[in-house]
Amino acid sequence: MADIYQDDIGNEIEKQFTLSVLTEDLPGLLNSVTIIFTRRKLNIDMINVSASEVPGVSRYTIVCTTTRSQVEKVIKQIRKHVDVLGAFVYEEHETHYQEIALYKVPTDIFFEGMKVENIVRANNARILVIEKDYIVIEKTGHKEETQKLLETLQPFGVLEFVRSGRVSISKSKRKTESFIEELENSKTHSLNTNGKLEYGKN
Amino acid sequence: MATLTQKSKMKESKAKRVSGSEALILSLLEEGVDTIFGYPGGAIMPVYDSLYHYQDKIKHYLVRHEQGAAHAAQGYARVTGQVGVCFATSGPGATNLITGIADAQIDSTPIVCVTGQVVAHLLGTDAFQESDVLSISMPVTKWSFQVTKSEEIPYAIARAFYIAKSGRPGPVLIDITKNAQSGELDFSYEKCEKIRSYHPYPPIDSRKIEEAAELINKAKKPYLLVGHGVLLSGAQEEVKQLAEKAGIPVASTLLGLSAFPTDHPLNVGYLGMHGNYGPNVKTNECDVLVAVGMRFDDRVTGDSSKYAKQAKVIHIEIDHAEIDKIIKTNVAINADAKQALQELIKSVNSNTHNSWVQEFRDCDKIEFEKVIKKDLYPEGEQIKMGEVVRLVNEVADGEAVLVTDVGQHQMIASRYYKFKYPNTNITSGGLGTMGFALPAAMGAKVGEKNRQVIAVIGDGGFQMTIQELGTIFQYKIPVKIIVLNNNFLGMVRQWQQLFFERRYSFTEMTNPDFIKIAEGYHITAKRITDRSGLKDAIGEMYAFDGPYLLEVKVETEENVFPMVPSGDSVTNIRLS
Repeated sequence: MADIYQDDIGNEIEKQFTLSVLTEDLPGLLNSVTIIFTRRKLNIDMINVSASEVPGVSRYTIVCTTTRSQVEKVIKQIRKHVDVLGAFVYEEHETHYQEIALYKVPTDIFFEGMKVENIVRANNARILVIEKDYIVIEKTGHKEETQKLLETLQPFGVLEFVRSGRVSISKSKRKTESFIEELENSKTHSLNTNGKLEYGKN
Repeated sequence: MATLTQKSKMKESKAKRVSGSEALILSLLEEGVDTIFGYPGGAIMPVYDSLYHYQDKIKHYLVRHEQGAAHAAQGYARVTGQVGVCFATSGPGATNLITGIADAQIDSTPIVCVTGQVVAHLLGTDAFQESDVLSISMPVTKWSFQVTKSEEIPYAIARAFYIAKSGRPGPVLIDITKNAQSGELDFSYEKCEKIRSYHPYPPIDSRKIEEAAELINKAKKPYLLVGHGVLLSGAQEEVKQLAEKAGIPVASTLLGLSAFPTDHPLNVGYLGMHGNYGPNVKTNECDVLVAVGMRFDDRVTGDSSKYAKQAKVIHIEIDHAEIDKIIKTNVAINADAKQALQELIKSVNSNTHNSWVQEFRDCDKIEFEKVIKKDLYPEGEQIKMGEVVRLVNEVADGEAVLVTDVGQHQMIASRYYKFKYPNTNITSGGLGTMGFALPAAMGAKVGEKNRQVIAVIGDGGFQMTIQELGTIFQYKIPVKIIVLNNNFLGMVRQWQQLFFERRYSFTEMTNPDFIKIAEGYHITAKRITDRSGLKDAIGEMYAFDGPYLLEVKVETEENVFPMVPSGDSVTNIRLS
């Protein structure tokens, strides 16, 4: 049987996965999430944490390259953390995502004809800041696109380059707020035995 | 909104102005705590000062090392099913707890550890006895939280107890800065019954129950494996009902041993590396494997790629992260074991599988001839560990709680002790923590005053926490300690013999006089070197009113068999 997660001889294939994690906004939680990767010696390719549209709830976007079976174990262990509201794994085609890149270049390269300006236009990038000594160019896109612009600019002398972690949004129509409401109202917080709610034996 | 305001006003009127440290004690009382194991120090002194005023309600046991406090809390939790509590100070006090916390995490034991911490404004400054225990504890706790304001104390404790004992239990660490202990708050307490991000009891999927029942009903060779989860959810009666109704042989993991009586006709034994012969080889012959409250530890599965490949696997497990982690399941029932089994029992047909059960019995005969006979009724001059356990069975008759340390003696005691009642087996399974038994036995005895508690410990592990003899002496905790002394780190030595061509690299021990040490602590002690006095000595120990140490000099180079060599298939279990 063909298995898209295995190569011809049955070895598992590594792929890039995007993990989307919703958590309570608490200090130290980032550490709790990342040590789950550390423990398995899994490198995190990109990570972004920011406030979600729901007050008090953070959204993590974590990108890592590993096998399907490994990422599934990781996501379950993330989900298991007491302060994690939800955790989901996506492959590239299952999410909408972007990264932002900033390029600091010397101002004088813009004075040598239209070359650099045309590059900026052709790449749908924009000029963010103009200073006497340098100009900051901004480009939003997938890694291949921001990387391409970097390589194009490099011959002109790039002073500094930075790329953000991925931010991703799922293709699901569900509202985050209603997902959290479901969590609040679920009957999974305590055990119902013989019509009596209880947990533990104390 | 109006009701909310009213409610909080009502609370305010009832609220009592107290210090943070008193609020901690009051919160613990609200959770029904009457026993604490701990060790004071600079950063937790306000808490100990408050505790001083509540000695009539809470009994505090001063251990001799914080690791002992954590293990004692574990022993207490494991026999009582209640949350064990321990206190330690900041810095070294807190780091000394970590081994016990890690042990509680991997063996799903509900404990709440309270540590003192330097005052909040000194956090991160390398203050005296400051350690970042929150970060250190993160990978080994179910939840950890740092309290820096007095008002957070009731909230933190309420959450700590709810998290520690619900779902798959585990350790919680609450780190309280000294200023939060000495500051004041209006105390009111509300138990935690819900955390929106935490769902410890997944709902039962009735379709999965039906699928599982169908597999069991069609099975020719069904096989039931029970683990610690059965005890944690109190499902031992349901396991019995399921096994008896469907006629399924039952084997147990190390931590699940007391979940099913040893002498039950369907009990076929103990799983894993040093488990019984039949339970291991039959794993690769059964057609339906029903695993309840266990996590397919590598000491159980051996090579997991050669484990039960022929079988349909049903996994009943409360922790979703354990499902499909090691062994792929055909039917996963992610639920509390007791609830799931109650449903499953209704759907399975009454059945018997006598010839299948007989296959296990045939294996037992082989194991008896090749291993057990020599262990229990040895003819050589030196005493064997197995015969000591056999004689313990004669006096204890399953009524005592068995606490074991880690190593050869642990495997031998687990193989041969006859369990009758749930939660009478306390050991360090997942972490394999040498030094666990003495403090855990202490905690178990404090929690279970109506049963004898027998600690079986090797000479290596005994010396790792030997200082707890001081605690046992101070509080006259009547534990019975059997040290099986072979002057070796026996299990490591066994591996060196079998897999490293007898290069006994640093496994031989020159031991002190354990009897003199016990006597120094005013604990009655006896050494047995000869078989002739063994039976009477065990009887004397068991009948003695108070703590007792019995040192038995056992065969120096005894090996534990059967054995599934590390990383090998369970089929390749060796009998010699």
